[in-house]
Amino acid sequence: MARLEGVAGEKDDRTSLLIRRIIAYVVLILLVLVSLFPFYLLVINATRGKVQTGVQFTFGGNLSSNFKVLFGDSAKERYGSILGSFGNSFLIGAISTVLSVYFSALTAYAVYVYDFKLKKFAHTFILLVMMVPTQASAIGLYRLMMKMNLIDTFIPLIIPSVAAPAVYFFMYQYFQSSLPLEIVEAARIDGCGEFRTFNSIVLPILKPAIAVQAIFQFVASWNNLFMPMMILNTKKTIPMVLQYMKAEINGNPQVAHAGMMSLYMVLAILPVVVVYLCLSKYIIRGISLGAVKG
Amino acid sequence: MKRKSISYAKWGYIFLIPFFVVYIIFALTPLVQTFYYSFIDYKVDTGTVSIFNPDGNVVDNGFCGLQNYIDVLGKDGTFTTSLKNTVVLWLIGFIPQIAVSLLLAVWFTDIRLKLKAQGFFKTIIYLPNVIMASAISLLFYSLFTQGGALYDLFDKMVGLDTSPLNTVWGSRFIVGFINFLMWYGNTTILLMAAIMGIDTSLYESAQIDGANPTQTFWKITIPLIRPILAYVIITSMIGGLQMYDVPTLLGDSSGGPKGVLMTLVMQIQLGRDSAVGVVGAISVLIFIISAVLGFIVLKVMDDSPKKKKKKKKPATANR
Repeated sequence: MARLEGVAGEKDDRTSLLIRRIIAYVVLILLVLVSLFPFYLLVINATRGKVQTGVQFTFGGNLSSNFKVLFGDSAKERYGSILGSFGNSFLIGAISTVLSVYFSALTAYAVYVYDFKLKKFAHTFILLVMMVPTQASAIGLYRLMMKMNLIDTFIPLIIPSVAAPAVYFFMYQYFQSSLPLEIVEAARIDGCGEFRTFNSIVLPILKPAIAVQAIFQFVASWNNLFMPMMILNTKKTIPMVLQYMKAEINGNPQVAHAGMMSLYMVLAILPVVVVYLCLSKYIIRGISLGAVKG
Repeated sequence: MKRKSISYAKWGYIFLIPFFVVYIIFALTPLVQTFYYSFIDYKVDTGTVSIFNPDGNVVDNGFCGLQNYIDVLGKDGTFTTSLKNTVVLWLIGFIPQIAVSLLLAVWFTDIRLKLKAQGFFKTIIYLPNVIMASAISLLFYSLFTQGGALYDLFDKMVGLDTSPLNTVWGSRFIVGFINFLMWYGNTTILLMAAIMGIDTSLYESAQIDGANPTQTFWKITIPLIRPILAYVIITSMIGGLQMYDVPTLLGDSSGGPKGVLMTLVMQIQLGRDSAVGVVGAISVLIFIISAVLGFIVLKVMDDSPKKKKKKKKPATANR
């Protein structure tokens, strides 16, 4: 009797498992569609014309003319140099990424490897300031940069990334899990200077962590709207141009060119998407490593 | 290690210099100044806060005590209203976000469910997070605005005469939806890491005892991932306080329909020249809220039993 019950229960269990599995796949596929649909529409819209009413699911034939309009003179007149906005965003993103990854790794290395009086203080301090949003000191930074005549320059957008508490935190955890102190000691015995040890021995060990953090930092800078809006006036980054485009749809809908704007958005997100898809495995692993204390 | 490293202590300090010098100049000083500005009645167009007489002495340093705070915290004050707006927008995005993420995290980690193509699903659901928020917002704006691709569709479906962006709840839901879209993948992955840290034998014994998935979820999963759940909720709150891109691009300069899209950080950007004192007060309040929330995060993470932390590590590293 008992055995019979068990078998019946098992069969029941299997069907319920199957149902649960089907539900899970259906929900997941729906979410994938929801996540991708906006970008699908965006790509389609980039091939459509100036005025776009109604949804269209197939490619239009205006891609090349949209390219011409986007990089033409009238767009330049209205939004500033389009190519320039890519250049500015790339320059700010690239330099600040290199600075933040290198110097925050150096800081984490200092706290992890060396013993000194303020070690504990430095570590706690950085963990505490990690939670302070940059926006909270933005007004002070804006006024300070004004006094230093650095408004409308890239310096306030680049230099502060030298001190990136989140990168520090990630690197510090990475050191804990994968930097044996014996390596540092061995380098010392071989007569390697401290600075050179970091550059030529520790940095290569850090490579996977650097790759993940570099992507996060670059994406954050590339996508940032708030700080460039505070600091820049005449120079523009990509998100700022998007803001101007939106103002045009709002204020001057007759002139707004939907196809051209969609194309600009596609070009703005394309580099990040390509890099992300190539490295998604490492990035997704990095998310949980960076945030959760392992 | 200790015996050796004593003579190397100076290198520790040297390597810390770039980080701390930059932090002090570009973050700490501005933060202190922000506190200072919050007590100052800033004079528009004079360019400086203080007024000097010809001898160079300060006549009026503009100190106004707590007036800025009283102004922004008053009934319908800039802080009160914007905080309310921000919280509403955050909640609309966060409630579905945490629900969907929990569900997905449980499914992905279920040993009996054995979902296939997990890498693909994770890659796609995280994708919106790396995409420029301004671009997603402008896309939605152009779709829903009058003459946009979805405008007609929406018009026919709901029978609304105007764009949903012009209605209070329509605009709120679009902002909330974009936030949901951008963050549910991130939350799913964080919660997955937490669930994978749970000892699988607990699930096995629960199964032997005849617990159904719902019971396992509430009795085992939730209590054991509580620290990380708290982490996710609080960091999302801190992130929500900083909401800027999406409402800026979806609303107009005064914060969309009836100002309901005006968030705290938008006030900082708008008033950076005309209302420095008021903006300073708002910034200080943002700082205080974030500091309290941040402190809770550190506390929660520290309180989680040491043993559990150790166990989690191999699980995280294995993936």
